Amino acid sequence: MASKRPSTIPGINRHGSTDLPVLKPFAPSQPIAFHTSAWLANMPAWTGFVLLLPLMLWPFASHAAGSFTMTDAFSALIRWMPFLLKSGFLFNVIISLFAMLIGTFLGIILGLGQISKNRFIKRISWFFTQLFRNSPWLVLLFIVLLAFPFEVTIFGVIIPIPDWMKAVIGLSLPIMANISEIVRGAVLSVPTAQWEAAESLAFSRQQILWRIILPQCFKRMIPPWMNWYAILTMATPLCSLLGVEEIITLSRQAMEAENNHPELLVPFYSFALGLFFFYCYPIARVTMYLERRYSVKI
Amino acid sequence: MLKKNAETIVSIKDVHKSFGQLEVLKGVSLDVKKGEVICVIGPSGSGKSTLIRCINGLNDIQGGQINVCGIDLTDPKLDKLELRKRVGMVFQQYNLFPHKTALENIIMAPTLVLKQDKAASEKRAFELMQKVRLEGKEHAYPGELSGGQQQRVAIARSLAMNPDVMLFDEVTAALDPETVKEVLVTIKDLAQEGMTCILVTHEMGFAREVADHIYFTDNGVIVEHGSPKTFFNKAKDPRTKEFLSQIL
Repeated sequence: MASKRPSTIPGINRHGSTDLPVLKPFAPSQPIAFHTSAWLANMPAWTGFVLLLPLMLWPFASHAAGSFTMTDAFSALIRWMPFLLKSGFLFNVIISLFAMLIGTFLGIILGLGQISKNRFIKRISWFFTQLFRNSPWLVLLFIVLLAFPFEVTIFGVIIPIPDWMKAVIGLSLPIMANISEIVRGAVLSVPTAQWEAAESLAFSRQQILWRIILPQCFKRMIPPWMNWYAILTMATPLCSLLGVEEIITLSRQAMEAENNHPELLVPFYSFALGLFFFYCYPIARVTMYLERRYSVKI
Repeated sequence: MLKKNAETIVSIKDVHKSFGQLEVLKGVSLDVKKGEVICVIGPSGSGKSTLIRCINGLNDIQGGQINVCGIDLTDPKLDKLELRKRVGMVFQQYNLFPHKTALENIIMAPTLVLKQDKAASEKRAFELMQKVRLEGKEHAYPGELSGGQQQRVAIARSLAMNPDVMLFDEVTAALDPETVKEVLVTIKDLAQEGMTCILVTHEMGFAREVADHIYFTDNGVIVEHGSPKTFFNKAKDPRTKEFLSQIL
């Protein structure tokens, strides 16, 4: 009986396969949960300055040919900077804060709805979570913009709804859905043994949830929550498509006021990019720090 | 310790329990009198834990009857919270609330469920900590305590509700041999004070010493039961003999 040597060795020079459970390498240094924050936080801090580099270098690359030089573009940006910062970027921050506030509040309600014992509430909460979590943000923004009236009358008082308010509502919807998933996941991450121990001490379901389960998973919810805040902030320029006067809209208007010279594009947009980086980068770093700290619990 | 004429506090009659297709309890009956200590022993997967989890309503039964302290568990209008105020339970994995200190773990249920005065329940908690021999550890978090200490806090936590019956679900299975002893001593103290205890355990020596009655379960039925003396020395059923020969 001639022993037949296999021409290929599984796992060495051919793809190995097995029905058995396989332990994959453990890589704690690469958190997979928060792609955006992890990606952002892993950048060195000088990345922001690299982003601003075109802005710095632009004046030196000036052509003598045109009447409008790069130096002119640069000085135009300097002129507009305080305005873009105060009326533009600050507004992005305000929109993000309001959207986060509303999204968090509604998301917690929806998330608790998802773990409700009532099958109807559970289904409805699941449906809205999935609907808003899987819809393109821009589509949601347009729906809110077009579906909401420009003013509402409550008890005879006419309250106007400005576009930025609609943008806040539109952006808070996907945030709400994602916070809902965070709450659901965090509650389910607490071992069922905790529920059983509390049940056997005659705690009601409400008491178990509010006194025992949620206090335990509150800390675990903070890093993903902050991750979504960073994502939301970076999504606020979407509002410019609705005509909300945030930084991108104002940058465009400023460039128009400067006669739309193409040389203006790079300095102005680099400035906006840099602002977002310097705002979101610390948030991402803190998120990853908290994630590491809270993950080594118990 | 045997209470011949005491009232029956837990009565289990022909209980059937299935998880989906798998029938775990196939007609189990047992009675526990007030002040009795019952040990349920048997191989893994024989339904021991399921049986005692049915007693405080953590598992629902599909057939038969359970009556605990006059509360009928098959009653569709059963108030589980009322039942659980009367029945304490201690788990294999301690299951203390990790975000609360030992003292807070103990006073939580009395203050929130029984609406007791906080100062009074704290006073009682200190007494209980003394009883389980953990004076001075009142303000430690579960993470700062050893397994044996955590388990004793868990016992104190259950006792704080002044239950009529205590259920112990393999409470020493996760402990090392040395700490097993300190937990068993605590349970023995309890038993001697007249607490009705139902234990699922693999500690044969302990069962022989403390139990009033021993039940041996296998494959969802009670194969044999009797006093520790007759059970360990004169077991009749071949399955019991086989089990005992392997562990003794």
